[in-house]
Amino acid sequence: MDSFWSTLAGAIGLVFSFDPDLMEIIGLSLRVTLTAVVLACLIGLPLGAAVGTFRFPGRTLIAVILNALMGLPPVVVGLLVYLMLSASGPLGPLRLLYTPTAMIIAQMVLVTPIVAALTRQVIEDLDREYSEQFASMGVGPVNRLFAMLWDARYSLLTVALAGFGRAVAEVGAVIIVGGNINHVTRVMTTTIALETSKGNLQLALALGVILLAIALAVNAAVMALRASAVRAAYA
Amino acid sequence: MRDAIYDTGSCPSTSPHLQPREALLEVRDLNFSAGGTDLLTGVDLIVRRGARTLIMGPNGSGKSLLMRLMHGLLRPDSGALLWKGQPLSPAARHAQAMVFQRPVLLRRSVLANLKFALSVRGLRGSERAEKTRAALADAGLEHLASRPARVLSGGEQQRLSLVRALACDPELLFLDEPTSNLDPASTAAIENLVLQANARGVTIVLITHDAGQAKRLGQDVVFLQDGQVAEIGSVDRVLNAPESEPVRAWRDGRIYLGSNTPNMNNQTGRSL
Amino acid sequence: MIRRAFLALAATVIAGVMAGHPALAEDKFIIVQSTTSTQNSGLFDYMLPIFKKKTGIDVRVVAVGTGQAIKNAANGDGDVLFVHAKPAEEKFVADGQGVSRADVMYNDFVIVGPSSDPAGVAGSSDIVAALKKIADSKSAFASRGDDSGTHKAERRLWKAAGIDPSEASGDWYRETGSGMGATLNTGTGMDAYIMTDRATWIAFGNKGDYEIAVEGDEKMFNQYGVILVNPEVHSNVKADLGQQFIDWLLSDEGQETIAAYKVDGQQLFFPNAKKGS
Repeated sequence: MDSFWSTLAGAIGLVFSFDPDLMEIIGLSLRVTLTAVVLACLIGLPLGAAVGTFRFPGRTLIAVILNALMGLPPVVVGLLVYLMLSASGPLGPLRLLYTPTAMIIAQMVLVTPIVAALTRQVIEDLDREYSEQFASMGVGPVNRLFAMLWDARYSLLTVALAGFGRAVAEVGAVIIVGGNINHVTRVMTTTIALETSKGNLQLALALGVILLAIALAVNAAVMALRASAVRAAYA
Repeated sequence: MRDAIYDTGSCPSTSPHLQPREALLEVRDLNFSAGGTDLLTGVDLIVRRGARTLIMGPNGSGKSLLMRLMHGLLRPDSGALLWKGQPLSPAARHAQAMVFQRPVLLRRSVLANLKFALSVRGLRGSERAEKTRAALADAGLEHLASRPARVLSGGEQQRLSLVRALACDPELLFLDEPTSNLDPASTAAIENLVLQANARGVTIVLITHDAGQAKRLGQDVVFLQDGQVAEIGSVDRVLNAPESEPVRAWRDGRIYLGSNTPNMNNQTGRSL
Repeated sequence: MIRRAFLALAATVIAGVMAGHPALAEDKFIIVQSTTSTQNSGLFDYMLPIFKKKTGIDVRVVAVGTGQAIKNAANGDGDVLFVHAKPAEEKFVADGQGVSRADVMYNDFVIVGPSSDPAGVAGSSDIVAALKKIADSKSAFASRGDDSGTHKAERRLWKAAGIDPSEASGDWYRETGSGMGATLNTGTGMDAYIMTDRATWIAFGNKGDYEIAVEGDEKMFNQYGVILVNPEVHSNVKADLGQQFIDWLLSDEGQETIAAYKVDGQQLFFPNAKKGS
């Protein structure tokens, strides 16, 4: 096997070749993952905040389940979503199998528990601080939930990034429900899996380096945004 | 029920507010326990409308707990809380506000903190803007309006949480040791805001450990010891001529160890 | 500012979801459940653009093991099945899941091994004898172990040699439970003999010091068949488009296209459709 440095050089060369197929794959990866993370946040943030804020029977159980679901193996999620979306599954008539939408659904299922579980922790800590003040002010439950989500926004940005990291690096689920179809559902991770199975280890590694760079860029962009927003006004 | 609180005979005539008046909040035979320990036992007291009532007592005597019960943040095991003669309802809490020992401010700007409190009370648009402006002016915080609330100094933060509470036009304001972490200037600012609010007719209930502050702000005082009312009356009478051993011990800087161990009660706090 | 951020989010979600919706994407496509060997060899990348140019039909290939491909097709998740496990394919048709089966092409399996050749089988063209030598010398042998077409063929050959390698599972007989490429990567890493289809081997990029040890035995021919998934069982099957693809594969043009695909100057697949089928 060639040296690490030649792999790295290969990766850089690959990026700057602006190969249209590669750009398409990167674009689809980002589209699928970002959409899945946004949807997961739309569900996971209020869900986690509700579990972290409200006292109701079964609350601890839900918190335990959410924490456990963080460790869901992607392949299991892929299989479950496949069985739902398969032509002989309950959602078969939607014809979503082997489309990017199916991949978004699978990643969403994977990421939502992560977002919800981490949000619960963040909001529970904040609730400890706010609950008496809010009770004194007579803040209603919905208002209280969204006020805390807003006040925890910078911590929750990190939560969303954790979800993004899990989704963008995931291959087991998307390869099952997406099928790794060229020009349709082929993303970074499934390409890496394919090139590895072809024995093109250097190309696979180069793609991995690109994936890492994308993850770094997204994290850096979000963190920079956060830092500037914090500087601008809010602590 | 004790009626000592109506006993205004020993109050100084300098205060114009000391005539007997209508009870705003009544506490009757209040009991509260947690983990098998009785934390409050048989507490009776009356908060007179428009008056400034202090809750005093050593650490652990149940002052903060009593205040939370009176504000409806906790539910008593037994006993009654009467707001204008009616059982205290969640709706009545909208006529009350509370300032905590450590200010709890949202992670937003000074302005946004005020706006949030007013929006909770259902104020909209221009009314909210006007109240916000007035509150900032009262607190002398106009120049900090767009500053994140959590980077203000401790004194500014407590001033903000006080004007935030007052902006909602409460009839009754609870303050739980609002100045215990503040320097003298910040303390004076808070005390002035409290006195101004009271002059506008806001009834005040305040917890303090500071005898000076008690004399500056207090009219009535309820002194707690081990979850029970030890003494109740006007501030000057109770602090200057205490009738109960717990208040005497507190005034002398001794730790009161209970009526059944009198020989220990002469030791000073420092020597323990 | 909050409202603008919210609108941007909503737009992302709508764009992200809708763009993937099949009704809005190109509609003239079929899904072919096929095997990793055809995909990894590069045949589809060569062949499908030619087919699309002629018919405008986009062929979307899901490349998995033959066992999984057949199960997916039995669930109705595909229009055409294009695999290499004749008995399983015939059962698929007999069960009513497929319309009919036709031979398309074949390639052959080979045994590859390290140049040190610990079992002394290099140059052999007798697969039964070679497998016996490997078993006798307890030389490492990496099996797919995934019920794929290759795995099924491999088990048939062991049976022909009168050996039950599963008794040595975990010892010298190592089942990777993975695709062909992964098994090659794993097997070469532990100096094991590996049975692979020739096409995947030629296109494989991580050969190390490995060479073909056993080849040329007729028993190692690897027949590919194509089946239209039965539209009477699965109403979503695009029978018309799927049949067009099958007809083209079996046509002179399709057969010539298969024969013309070469890697490193070597032909990988040998068309053998029956004329007039």
